[in-house]
Amino acid sequence: MNDLAGMPVLEPAEGAKDQHMVINMGPQHPATHGVLRLVLEIDGEIIVRIYPEIGYLHTGIEKTCEAKFYHQVVPLTDRINYLDPLSNNLCYALAVEKLLDLEIPPKAQWMRVLLAELSRLNSHLIWLGTHAMDIGALTVFLYTFREREDILRLFEAVAGQRMMLSYIRIGGLSMEPPLDFLDRVQAFIRIFPEKIDEYANLLTGNPIFRNRLVGVGHLSAEDAVALGVTGPPLRASGVDFDLRRDMPYSSYEKFQFDVPTSTACDCWARYEVRLVEMRESVKIIQQALDGMPEGPVKADAPKIVLPDREKMKTQMEALIHHFKIVTEGFAVPAGEVYQGIEAGHGMTGYYIVSDGTAKPYRVHMRYPSFPTLQALEVMCKGRMLADVVAVIGSIDIVLGEIDR
Amino acid sequence: MADTATLLGRTAVLEGLPGHPAIKAILDWNADALTDAKFDFGELTLTIAPEQIRAACFTLQAAGYNFFEDLTAVDWFPTAPRFQLSYHLTSFAMKDRIRLRVMLQDADPAVESITQVWAGANFYEREVFDLFGIRFEEHPNLRRIMMPEEWVGHPLRKDYPVEGYR
Repeated sequence: MNDLAGMPVLEPAEGAKDQHMVINMGPQHPATHGVLRLVLEIDGEIIVRIYPEIGYLHTGIEKTCEAKFYHQVVPLTDRINYLDPLSNNLCYALAVEKLLDLEIPPKAQWMRVLLAELSRLNSHLIWLGTHAMDIGALTVFLYTFREREDILRLFEAVAGQRMMLSYIRIGGLSMEPPLDFLDRVQAFIRIFPEKIDEYANLLTGNPIFRNRLVGVGHLSAEDAVALGVTGPPLRASGVDFDLRRDMPYSSYEKFQFDVPTSTACDCWARYEVRLVEMRESVKIIQQALDGMPEGPVKADAPKIVLPDREKMKTQMEALIHHFKIVTEGFAVPAGEVYQGIEAGHGMTGYYIVSDGTAKPYRVHMRYPSFPTLQALEVMCKGRMLADVVAVIGSIDIVLGEIDR
Repeated sequence: MADTATLLGRTAVLEGLPGHPAIKAILDWNADALTDAKFDFGELTLTIAPEQIRAACFTLQAAGYNFFEDLTAVDWFPTAPRFQLSYHLTSFAMKDRIRLRVMLQDADPAVESITQVWAGANFYEREVFDLFGIRFEEHPNLRRIMMPEEWVGHPLRKDYPVEGYR
């Protein structure tokens, strides 16, 4: 069933041709959070079928990775999920480090946890602001972006960049954080729990917001698992699984935190789970600040990790290593690894196949929004057209990670 | 399972990890379907005969590997067999992840779809079909997902250039 332009067109179901209508939503639609096109079959205002049409943002990042040295892939990973950049960096770095069997110093691991949680807060703040805006509560957006600005300033302080950080590198971090960085993070998380209360004040008791979310977008635990849904939507369906706790990486096993779940299975549950998750992130950041170890932030592997500028200008070996890494890269032992982490949206995974050369043979990214989008039809079927907007907001998709 | 030693080959894995639930389930079901195995980087890889993959997934699902995490392909051009499919399955209860591997020949590569086991494999199989040209039989909607419908070629194949005109 193709029309002239080669786009798939949904015909109304047999026997309902006079009653059903097929309409198009997106790709240029503010509530689709990017360039998502939905073909909807509706009966009046009731959703009968949804066909997500994706690929508008496909840039072939996996193909590009095959032509780059391992260390050149790091900046590409930022651009996949641009709202949670450090999780991408972290997942890629962990996968390559697994292949290289590289020991990461404790301070770098702690810093990675701290930054990954800040990145999660960043992601959740954007979700909260845009989700509330989709529902019609415009004010919240201004408040969440105020705090997001604070986080971006922290990012700028460590990496010199606000969005595309590339701060977590293979073998540790790209450089030491500035001297006052930990104090600034402390100042931020001291005020942040109050801000979460402020958002909750604006939304939790708001009857319009409640009515738009409670009971909407029901996703049972069985459907969530079968469809590959992960992260907050999975936990809001009552499945208690979080990679940070259950298959820990980067020292997460040394941190105490709770994993919020809900059995309500609706958009409201997803809202509540994410709000609690933000509070738990603050707890993790506080523990990371309190227990921050001393020591280097880079692994002791001169043939893999770029040397400091200081050393490069004073030591011959460091200069040679720098030259070799930049011009020839470094060989990675042959093999295949899969590394999963819990990013803001759910389970992210990097699958890297090495053939023993300095360029990856194959890099594949598993990003949570891609399978979660499949659950859209289950959640919206039989509901009103306006609920689609609420459901898309509640599953928190990023088209950059769907299309890659 | 926490053993970090590398075990290569079917016999070594069967001897080294006798109690592993995934291996046990596969052997109890059909020992011939397991053609090869390896354990390296702390990850278990089981190579399954192509015509058995759906039944193997049903078996492992029943054995506790309840979550389908990822599917992708690797093109080993010009060596034969050319294509490798990598399925990643996770068990929420056992907190364990395994990789199933299926090798396919160059000419008209096709394998059974596992959307009957996990509906969530739908998009992944479409992606592999789109970018590698591997068909999944009995897939409910096997059409391109990333590239435009009228696109010619499969970009992630190794004989497809990274830059320049096609």
